[in-house]
Amino acid sequence: MSSDPPVITTHEISKKYRLGTRASYGRLTESLARLPAKLVNRAAKTPASDFWALRDITIDIARGEVVGIIGRNGAGKSTLLKILSRVTRPTSGRAELRGRVGALLEVGTGFHPELTGRENVFLSGAILGLSQRAITARFDEIVEFADIGPFLETPVKRYSSGMRVRLGFAVAAHLEPEILIIDEVLAVGDAAFQRKSLGKMSDASKGGRTILFVSHNLAAVKSVCTRSVLLEKGSVVRDGIPHEVVEEYLRRTGEMSFVSLADRLDRQGNGAMRFVGAWVEYRGTPSDFVVTGESAVIALAFETSAHVSNVDVTVGLFDTLGSGALFLGSEMAGASWSVVPTTGVFRCAIDKVGLLPGTYQATVMATLRGEPLDWVLNAFRVQVEEGDFFGTGRLPPNGYGPVVQDHEWTLGER
Amino acid sequence: MWAADLVLAHVTAHFRHTLSPVITEIRPTRGLADLDLPEAWRRRELWYFLAWRDIKVRYKQTFFGAAWAVLQPVSLAVVFSIFLGRLVNVPSEGVPYPAFVLTGLVPWTLFASALSSSARSLVQSREIISRVYFPRVLLPLSAATSHLLDFVIAAVVVVVALLIYGIPPGLAVLLAPIIGLQAFIVSVAFGTLLAAVNARYRDVEYAVPLLVQVWLFVTPVAYPASLVPSNWQWLYGLNPMAWVVEAYRWSMLGTPAPDGALLVSSLIGTGLFAWAAAIYFQRTESILADVV
Repeated sequence: MSSDPPVITTHEISKKYRLGTRASYGRLTESLARLPAKLVNRAAKTPASDFWALRDITIDIARGEVVGIIGRNGAGKSTLLKILSRVTRPTSGRAELRGRVGALLEVGTGFHPELTGRENVFLSGAILGLSQRAITARFDEIVEFADIGPFLETPVKRYSSGMRVRLGFAVAAHLEPEILIIDEVLAVGDAAFQRKSLGKMSDASKGGRTILFVSHNLAAVKSVCTRSVLLEKGSVVRDGIPHEVVEEYLRRTGEMSFVSLADRLDRQGNGAMRFVGAWVEYRGTPSDFVVTGESAVIALAFETSAHVSNVDVTVGLFDTLGSGALFLGSEMAGASWSVVPTTGVFRCAIDKVGLLPGTYQATVMATLRGEPLDWVLNAFRVQVEEGDFFGTGRLPPNGYGPVVQDHEWTLGER
Repeated sequence: MWAADLVLAHVTAHFRHTLSPVITEIRPTRGLADLDLPEAWRRRELWYFLAWRDIKVRYKQTFFGAAWAVLQPVSLAVVFSIFLGRLVNVPSEGVPYPAFVLTGLVPWTLFASALSSSARSLVQSREIISRVYFPRVLLPLSAATSHLLDFVIAAVVVVVALLIYGIPPGLAVLLAPIIGLQAFIVSVAFGTLLAAVNARYRDVEYAVPLLVQVWLFVTPVAYPASLVPSNWQWLYGLNPMAWVVEAYRWSMLGTPAPDGALLVSSLIGTGLFAWAAAIYFQRTESILADVV
């Protein structure tokens, strides 16, 4: 045995899902009906519906490494964490983990709403693998970290979502495993709590622990991780120094999210200015989606063939049924440019996306004193993903339009 | 070297707090070893916590609270006494019928509620299952365990009732807990099997109440097993609960002790359930997080 073997080794791990079996479970009668066919012909299963979430993942991770796993939605990040935390088994391949493993795939795992904060600390701790003795020993520390003081004996169902998150993370942070596996939990909670959580993570790694975490927060990956792995379609495409891997990721998603408009012929306008490309940005980087309640940027690259000034740039977003959902306009918002260069990018920054999750078609238009310079219908798509707009974890029900609006309720006397 | 590592893993697992490292191997399913019973034993505190949670939550917002433990068998006993005891005149081995049926209902209620809870356990815990690993067997096991408290309460109340009724139990009553334990084991074995089937096919949720009703009638709760023709006794006994109820009544009321053959077939029946449960549960466990 070598003196310091890797803490995590994986050898050609693959995971296959049969499409349809994940979301829906079967009915007994259907299975029984299929049985004769299966007995006669074992190959009667339809291999066409197989989907490989992971393909031949082989990585070694040394003690003390903090590894950030990045990749687009559906690249296999969560599946990899689920396999390493033993929630699910690989279809083939093997892995070995040396040391106690603590997995945090969700904050507040095992919380029961009817039980009090105190009771849930013990329950959740037991589910995550802490012994009763260990929980008792760390109880005060956990409560202090969670900062829920007077609500300790209150049922968790009366907690705010923020309190629940803090308590959940506090329990998990005191697991003190040798290998810590975390899935996107840093995206929850307010900024102060996120800093506290990140701090706890770097403390843990300084203590010789190995950390593996999945995140969309590329800034956190760059600042906390010592190594980063980029997954794409279930395979490792880049593995190395975080800022290089993050750059590679941005290059790849940038390429994919960039929509070229230069060659579109279905456009109107006099052509003095033309849109040549468009993309959206999420958390400061080109992205194939934005998130309700978070900031976003719509970027429009253009070229001019004549002198243009005081142009009005507008973006109209339409839902899948073709109804108008949102109008963004530079003049309306008070922006004007006395000089427009021959080439450049108009950036429309949105503080807090107020559109509900869904796909929206964007129409872009540039006009000068009412005369269209360029007008492209259905220029690009904006994919909006679900987010915590109000900080309550709730979004409006369906059927009330595509928009969310900040608002406040008060109660007064008549 | 590999073998040495594996031995080390097993040794260190027992002393996980003092020795390092614990080695976890991850690989595709490898048969019955997946049930991971040693790990289940190591995590026995979780068994306790999950059962404790179920008990706490069950009575948290109820008005009668733990009185339900007694209300359930008593109300059924009243119905059986009126319709079967009075109107149909079902024999009761020389014991007043209400005492006869109430005593039988105590282990039966343990079995019926433990079976129903454990059959639902995996589906009810799908959130946890898809997010954290622990030996899944603990879920049906602890769901059934949470009903042991009800059983103890009901058993004690019935003993008190029998004393008041003027039928003081003999020394055999000391064996009642062991007989009750057999009811618990049967419900865990069969409940674990149903829980795994339920994870794949939700039909089980609808089938279980029906199953429990039918099972009540093929178990000598409302009538003595002696009514069953003797050449059918062996088959009747394959229902593990037949021996349990008869033996429980013997321990409490001094009714004739069940045939030794009935115990043998009860154990065989339990073994069959446990065997089927182990195999099917293991097969399901390997894909549990993906299907549940």
